[in-house]
Amino acid sequence: MELSAFDIIGPIMIGPSSSHTAGAVRLGLLSRAILNQEPTEARIYLHGSFAETYRGHGTNLALVAGLMGLATDDERIPEALQLARARGLEVSFQSIDLGDVHPNSVKIELRGKAGRRVVVTGSSVGGGKILITNIDDFAVELSGDYHTVIVIHLDQPGVVAQITTLLAAAQVNIAQMRLSRQKRGALALTVLETDQEVQATVLDLIRAMPAVNLAMTAKPLV
Amino acid sequence: MAKGPTVVELLTQAQVEGLSLGQIVLKHQAAQLEVTEQDLRQKMLANLQVMRNSVAEGLTGKRRSMSGMVGGDAKLLEQRRQGGQTLGGDVLARVAARALAVAEVNAGMGKIVAAPTAGSCGVLPAVLLTVGEEIGADDAQLVEALFTAAGIGIVIAAQASISGAQGGCQAEVGSAACMAAVAAVELAGGTAELAVHAGAMALKTLLGLVCDPVAGLVEVPCVKRNVTGAVNALIAADMALAGITSNIPLDEVIIAMGNIGRAMPCSLKETALGGLAVTPTALRLKEVFLGAGQD
Repeated sequence: MELSAFDIIGPIMIGPSSSHTAGAVRLGLLSRAILNQEPTEARIYLHGSFAETYRGHGTNLALVAGLMGLATDDERIPEALQLARARGLEVSFQSIDLGDVHPNSVKIELRGKAGRRVVVTGSSVGGGKILITNIDDFAVELSGDYHTVIVIHLDQPGVVAQITTLLAAAQVNIAQMRLSRQKRGALALTVLETDQEVQATVLDLIRAMPAVNLAMTAKPLV
Repeated sequence: MAKGPTVVELLTQAQVEGLSLGQIVLKHQAAQLEVTEQDLRQKMLANLQVMRNSVAEGLTGKRRSMSGMVGGDAKLLEQRRQGGQTLGGDVLARVAARALAVAEVNAGMGKIVAAPTAGSCGVLPAVLLTVGEEIGADDAQLVEALFTAAGIGIVIAAQASISGAQGGCQAEVGSAACMAAVAAVELAGGTAELAVHAGAMALKTLLGLVCDPVAGLVEVPCVKRNVTGAVNALIAADMALAGITSNIPLDEVIIAMGNIGRAMPCSLKETALGGLAVTPTALRLKEVFLGAGQD
């Protein structure tokens, strides 16, 4: 995709670093969308350059701000930890070695208000761009640049066809799609990045499929 | 030449259509993003407003960085300027103080516009707002100048890099200075051709600049290198407006910058493993500011 003028002059953001601050906010935002509930607990594991420099870049503040739904230009980012306390979001930070991954990577264990738990791993890959690489041990590639549908379903024939048929009927065009599974015949996770927003009514139809355990949508990150 | 947009393509289109570089970029972007030029101008105006606010906030000198290493310098220079004491004259001091101001706001977790990056965010506002004042430009002209800068930045990102991790500081502050010089010439009423010469001169003088941040933070030497980029852009613009040309065309300077970036060792590309980052003082500062409470 050719760059836009606003990729060069922009984004409007809270400093100091597009990768370590703005990108971290976006990782938090997308993790929040994947949890699909108000988070109440976040165990945050910082890898590489994130672990080395998070204090000076406010990476920790930025991640927590994103988890609470604050945008990259929200001036409350520096006070994110106090805000989290006030909102009942418990956070902890630790260093971790995630192995051969991007130096700006983080693993976040989240628990939501309604009890859902999810483990998300992702990287800030430069200029505020991010990539979620793992959700609950499913390998994924999720940029947050598109409308996104995430479906956890039984690994059986026809599920993807049914989902894409529902999207086609709703005139939703798929930009990227990826399916991964933990093992054959168990659970699978499908990520669809789409050009149009998937309406709640369509999401409900996906959720109503017998093979589907969980389905959620996320809007493109700004 | 590598594929992707080039400066000479922009320049040719501008000359054929009798438009400025900024107007050509605006026209392209409107077509690419399927929106009106008016919508794009409106969106860029929001960036301009944030740039203005970050200058104003930075000059108050209230914000300090997370580590405490930087903050308050813009105010010191501004006071000296207001006292009429500067060696370099008022305009130069205004540009320098503003570049410091915005870069300090960034280091202190304030709101800025990445241009092209957060680390180099002081250059464009310092140059364009000051040149704008000098020539009495209105917001519409400043917005157009930001599109000029964006167009050059798009070429640099495609043909070389705007990331310190990939190309060193020349890719961040060097690119910002190049973009600012081109935009400043157009803002001042110079032709697109002269503007491109200014960009080439601004980038040439910053080739080879490494990214060696103390403790890996966007603070030292980043904040002051924004001043270098801004002042350099202003002088390059003046040289071009005087009719001085670059012997090497901007497209080739950009390719050279990319090649130099690739040849640069990793220790000098944002890893804090070389250059200023490993001086005894830098290591001591790192210990003082970040050592305490490290997990």
